[in-house]
Amino acid sequence: MIELDDIGYSYGGGELFNGISLTLQPGSFHFLTGPSGSGKTTLMKLCYGALHATSGQVRLFGRDLREMESDDLAHIRRRVGVVHQDCQFLDHLNVVDNISLPLIVSNQELLPHAANLKDLLNWVGLKSRAEAMPPELSGGERQRAAVARAVIMSPDAILADEPTGNVDWEMSQRLLRLLTELNRMGKTILVATHDLALIRAAKQHVQARVLRIANGKLHLAGADL
Amino acid sequence: MDLSNITDAIIGDTQAGRVVPSTGFTATLTLFSAFAMAFLAVFTLALSMASGRLADRWGSELARNSTIRISAPVSQIAAQTEAALRILQTTSGVASARALDDSEQQALLEPWFGPDLPIDTLPIPQLIEVFEDEDGFNADGLRLRLAAEVPGAVLDDHTRWREPLVAAANRLRSLAIVSIVLIAGATAAMVTLAANSALAANTQVIRVLRLVGAQDSYIARAFVRRFTLRALFGALTGVIIGALAILALPSPQEEGGFLTGLGFQGAQWLWLLLIPPLAAIVAFVATRTAAYKILRSMP
Repeated sequence: MIELDDIGYSYGGGELFNGISLTLQPGSFHFLTGPSGSGKTTLMKLCYGALHATSGQVRLFGRDLREMESDDLAHIRRRVGVVHQDCQFLDHLNVVDNISLPLIVSNQELLPHAANLKDLLNWVGLKSRAEAMPPELSGGERQRAAVARAVIMSPDAILADEPTGNVDWEMSQRLLRLLTELNRMGKTILVATHDLALIRAAKQHVQARVLRIANGKLHLAGADL
Repeated sequence: MDLSNITDAIIGDTQAGRVVPSTGFTATLTLFSAFAMAFLAVFTLALSMASGRLADRWGSELARNSTIRISAPVSQIAAQTEAALRILQTTSGVASARALDDSEQQALLEPWFGPDLPIDTLPIPQLIEVFEDEDGFNADGLRLRLAAEVPGAVLDDHTRWREPLVAAANRLRSLAIVSIVLIAGATAAMVTLAANSALAANTQVIRVLRLVGAQDSYIARAFVRRFTLRALFGALTGVIIGALAILALPSPQEEGGFLTGLGFQGAQWLWLLLIPPLAAIVAFVATRTAAYKILRSMP
């Protein structure tokens, strides 16, 4: 589904990492951990084509990202839901419009999705906040809205970058439950986090592999996690 | 495909327009630029039309009319006038000719010498007004015949007056057309500037839209739609205000000459209808070019 083949990434004259290979199989659940600045967010961005690797090959659904036109990449991104650490909402649109954004930009009629949208808002616990503007949301509400936006197109894979970075433990557990539920529905999940406690908690509910990026290399983390 | 589908295909749908936040500064800049340029375009077009009419009038009126001046001793003037009129009657291309009477000649001199000029006591040349038919006459041939039979006659076919006046009017019309092109260029430059500014201010919005799977064409259309509609509305307002200003000018008068003739006549007003769509097309092309340039430069 998502394949990184011997990729490297450099910027500003320095090499962030090289020789990284990773395959995310359909229905798998991976955590990506590592110290701050190790390249977790960069690796995530490489996975959905927001950045291009300086060496190696990234394939999404069997297609080489480098050989894709921008329109093809847009179509591929609709199959990958992304949850950013800072959520990345459009502040001039309310919560329901932000969640519906993937439908809007893919020119889909919103009416047939209205029931799903209502269910989705219920599922993430934001039914009462549908008309709120993003700046009015708490950290947890923003993250849940971001998860809702990431799944509204029923993507094959969900990439979440520090989804629990700005929320308390209880909320992080709630978000984790949402992600594990999605994994049970067959979605491929990749979560970048530095929160080892979260990873330990997750492993009680889901079969997850833990990857650690450090010193420019990617390793499978030990059983201590 | 209904009309809304066509407009959606060209300038984007309303949903696409909604996902881009409105930016006050660029909105005002685009609206004002389109308004000011359309207002100026109305006057430039009026100038172009007026100079065109002037060139046509000078060209046709003076071209169809010639004058023969007979300067001879008083005792020979009548005979030479008759001889000249006889020649004119047999000249191909001359529709009619007549000698001006004393009162007409006096009226011509009145602005310089006043109304009490004793014209019959002064050695004033006799003027013969010659009107050409559609084909016109051979001025050189007529000059040769007059020189042979009417020694005091001088034919003035107004060429030396007409040509520089018509050339000046035509040049004025050309300058007006160049001005319209410059106005369109300046509009494009300002809209491009405003579009670039809006796109730069919305880099984060563009990133989010791409993140959720928006195609570049969708993002470009969101901006193009906004700027095209602003330019259309601004230009429409500019044309209306400009047209009202033209209507408020004094009506054409003989004494006012060119200045009071500035404006549109009859179907010429229809030209104004072209300005708003042209401004919209300029904005469409400028914004689309700017949007795709910026989107291609973004990773």
